[in-house]
Formats: sequence, structure tokens, C-alpha cells
Amino acid sequence: MFAPDIILTAVLNGLLTGAVYALIALGLTLVYGVLHIINFAHGALLTAAMFAVLVLRLTFGLDPYLAILVLAPTFYLAGYALQRFVIGPASHGSDANILLVTLGLSIIIENALLALFRSDTRSIDVPYGFSSVDIGITLLSLPRVIAFGGALMVAALLWAFLELTDTGKAIRAVAKERLGASLVGIDVEHVYAVTFGLGTASLAVAACLLMPSFYVTPRVGNAFVLVAFTIVVLGGMGSIPGALIGGLIIGVVESLGGLYLGESLGQIGIFVIFILVLLLRPTGLFGAKA
Amino acid sequence: MSGRDVLPIVVIGGLLALIPFGVASNTLLNFLVFTLIIAIAAQGWNVLGGYGGQISFGHSAFFGTGAYATAILQVHAGVNAWLAFGLGILAGALVGLAIGALSFRAGLRGSYFALITLAFAEVFRIVANTIPLTGAATGILIKLDARPVNFQFHSRAAFFWIGLVIMLVALIATRALERSRFGAFLVALRENEDAAKALGVDTLRVKLGAITLSAAITGAAGCLYAQYFLYLDPTIAYGVWISVEALLAPIVGGLGTAFGPLIGALTLHGLGNLTSLLVGRVPGIDLVVYGILLVLVIAFAPTGLVGLAHRVRDRMRQRTALSAGAA
Repeated sequence: MFAPDIILTAVLNGLLTGAVYALIALGLTLVYGVLHIINFAHGALLTAAMFAVLVLRLTFGLDPYLAILVLAPTFYLAGYALQRFVIGPASHGSDANILLVTLGLSIIIENALLALFRSDTRSIDVPYGFSSVDIGITLLSLPRVIAFGGALMVAALLWAFLELTDTGKAIRAVAKERLGASLVGIDVEHVYAVTFGLGTASLAVAACLLMPSFYVTPRVGNAFVLVAFTIVVLGGMGSIPGALIGGLIIGVVESLGGLYLGESLGQIGIFVIFILVLLLRPTGLFGAKA
Repeated sequence: MSGRDVLPIVVIGGLLALIPFGVASNTLLNFLVFTLIIAIAAQGWNVLGGYGGQISFGHSAFFGTGAYATAILQVHAGVNAWLAFGLGILAGALVGLAIGALSFRAGLRGSYFALITLAFAEVFRIVANTIPLTGAATGILIKLDARPVNFQFHSRAAFFWIGLVIMLVALIATRALERSRFGAFLVALRENEDAAKALGVDTLRVKLGAITLSAAITGAAGCLYAQYFLYLDPTIAYGVWISVEALLAPIVGGLGTAFGPLIGALTLHGLGNLTSLLVGRVPGIDLVVYGILLVLVIAFAPTGLVGLAHRVRDRMRQRTALSAGAA
């Protein structure tokens, strides 16, 4: 058995990672909740955003946290365009097609990045990369604490946007009743694209928060996307609080799994949770009844 | 199922079987064997995904199980290679039945089914990456001893012919499926599961049958892979790549058509190699082409290349009929 402080440290680190997972899952769950599709390109888009952070740092020396100001709007527009001009028209409205089109997009993005950057593992140097915060019981890495705070903030902003603005109201209307929404004059295609854009923008933020303490390879998104799917399924497809809590749970499970089972087998806990939730309670912890 | 159904398959198989006599290049034969392995895996995917409409993202679970069973039985139990090959196919089928029983019984459809198959495949990969039986991350090596009794041959042509035979068996099985009552149930289920159920189709049983057959065929591709390359590791056997290859080929070739997977695999790998020739060995560039092709096919040719060919043929016929009418 492990000493309590080791377990506590593992739990705290799990929560820090879990918040970033939650942020990645947030975009996925938002898109699912409104468009009722699984965006398989989510992981590849995250990888693209991480490379964008890397390039901005290497060519302009831009700090990753400041890069949020550039990348969030850029990725919003990219996501908007992808849904409006590629995924929407190419899928002819069939769910299976959307799944496959987004799979195709993920293959294209991932391998284009591989062709451009090769498979080397890269990371960026920032002066605060190895700073830590002493919280009395243990030391926590500063960039990861910032990422934790940032993720919670984005979740709160997204929630406020959906609850308080007219666009947010339109998004919720489309999510609930697509036909009704279009009857009262909401441009459904536009709302779809906005939602997809928001999902992609939150990925860009996640990438900026991740990069100071993480590395990037063309395949890094795969590791996150399966975790994000698990979180979305666990929290309930389409539920924002679900994604947040699901993310934190998965972060802790992964961390404790790694502690008790070793790194390699530790990941299995996530998939076992994923499979069990799908088999036993596909609506997740917070999802509406299907 | 009649002579008319089997004849084209046998003729095409016979013509393809002549290739090694005209081609001496090992690189080309290598390409053909590899493409055949993919085509067989894709033929398996097509049974469940193309005819049954159940899109799986985790066919590597069956491919890998077939491959590992073949290798492990030979390496650790000293089983004869041919017997191991048969048992490998059986193992793949059983894994298919088990995954199907769990997921279909829970009523998972559409995206949920795609995700759970992906998760199962990942579980298999992680386990294979950890336990000593599979050689963990180092992988497993089948001892090289090129004798026919060991299912190992000096010539690549032999593997090509064996792959071809498996492909033809899978093709005939697919044709038989198309003509059978079971196949009709399967297509009915794809078109509208609730309606099929209402009309008295035992949808759960049909789906279980389909996933078992599908897994057996894809498992056979895995067995052939193991015998041909004599080496496996978790990312080869249970990697996402084979799940993607298995679904790309039928979609590009023509979903739910007997020849779709073969045509798709040949087109994709032909194009992939052509791209590598044109732009040099840039990693990932062939897959970029695959991805673009996938999106284009779904956007503009939902029935795949086979469907496209039918459309062109119908239009030509119309035109000749029109000009004949005008004359």
C-alpha cells in the first residue's frame, strides 16, 4: 500500500489533468448536444492547435498563454468553416456519414501534420515550465495549476454564454428541437457551425493551456480523444456539468490507475469505465433519458 | 446462389492468379499480398458494416486476435501452423461474438456502437502491450522455417495464391450471404431496424451472426498477416490503422457490395503508392490521400466506386438506347 500523502498527491495531480481533459471533452459534448454527432476529428484538431502554439512560440516567441488571444478566434473560424462548408454538405444529413467524414478529416489533419513536422516529439521552453506551487502537503506544477484554473474558467464562460446570450439561447433551442427552432426563424445551419466553432475554439484554449507542461506529436490527439469520448459518455452526452465532473473523475482514475497498476495497464481503467457506462448506463451520469 | 453468382468470382480469381507468372518483382508481389490482406480484412468489415449497417471502429480486435492466436499457438504451444491458422480464425470469430453479445444486447447502435468497438480494441491493445504471453511491447516472433508444413514459403507468390484463395472464399461467402434469407434480414435491419423487428426479424440474432462472420473473415486476414510477416506487436495487431483500413476500403469501393472491399483496397493502396512515388517518401502522405478520398466518396459518390461504375454504365446504356431510337 502507498502512504496517504502519495495517494493524495496522485489524486491532486489527477484533478489537474482531469480539468484539461474536461476542457477537451467540453467541446466534444457541446457539439454532440447540439448536432447530435460524434466529432471524430476532435483529437486531430487538438493536435493541430498544439502545433499552432508550437509554431507561434518558435517563430514569434509568443507566450502560449497569450497565444489564446490569437488561436481561439482562428480556430473558431476554422471550426465554423469546417462544419458549414465541409462536414455539413458532405454528410447529406446522415449520422453515419458525419461520423465517417469527421474520421476522414482526422486522418487528413493528423497525417498532414505528420508529413509537415515528422513524428518527433516536441515541446516548448517557457521560463515557468518547471516552476511549482507549494500547497503545504505537496508541490504542484505551476503550468498545470494554471491549466486547471483556465479550464474551469472556460467551462464557466461557455456555460454563461449558453445561458445568458441570444446566440446561446438559439443554440439551446436547436439542441432541443431543430424543426421548431427553424420555424421561429433561427438559421439552423449557422447555429450548427457556431457550435462547432465554439467546440474547436475551446480546443485551441486547451492546447494553449497544455503546451507549457506537455509535448506534441502528430498522434498526440489520439490519446486525448479516447479519453474525451469516455468523459462525454460518462458525464452524459451533451451535458456541460457532466463533462466537467466526468473529466475530473477520469483524471483521478487515470492517476490512481497508474499508481496501482503501472503506466501501461493503468490506462485500461478508463476504457473499462467507458465500456461499462456504455453497456449499463448509456445516458451517463447527467444525461437526459434517451 | 447459382453458377451465375460464382462464375465471375472464379474467373476474376483465375485471372488474378496468373499475375505472379508475369511479375517477377518482389516489391510488386509484396504490395499485392499486403493489399490482399487488407482486402480480406475489409471484406469482413463489409459484412457487418456494409450489409448490416453497423459501423465498427474496432475491427483490429478481430484482426489482432486472429494474428496473435496464430502466433502464440505456434510459439508457445508448438501447434502446427495450419492448425493454428484455423484456430486463429475461430478465436477471431469468438471475440466477435463476445463483443457483439455485450454491445448488441445492451442495444447500442450507430455512433455508440462505433465507440464501444473502438474501446474494446484499445483494451485488447493495452492488454497485449502488458502481458508476457503476447511478448508485451517487444512483440512476438514466429520462428523462420520456410517449409510448406509450417505455412511458410520461400516465394511470395505462394502467399499471394493463398491470400487469393481466402479472398475468393470470402467473396463467395459474401455472395451467398446476399442471396440468403439471413442476408435479406441483415439488409432489412440496416435500412430500418425498428421496421425489421416489427416484421418479426430476430434482429439480435441476425446482428450476432453478422458480427461473428465478419470477425472470422477479418481474423483470417490477421492470421495471414502473422504467417507472412512472422512478427507482431500490439500496435500492428491491435492498432487503429487496421480498423481504419478495414472500413476505408469498402466505403471507397462500394458499401454492401461483394467486390467493393477488393476494389477499394486496390484503389486506395494503388493511389497511396502512386503518391509516394510522385512526392517521395514523406510519412503520412498516402494517408492524407486516403482521408481526402474518404471525404470525397461520402460527399459525391455515396455508393462508392462500384456504384459510380453502375451509374456510368446505366448512362451509357441510356445514351445508346437514345441514339438507337433516333436512328
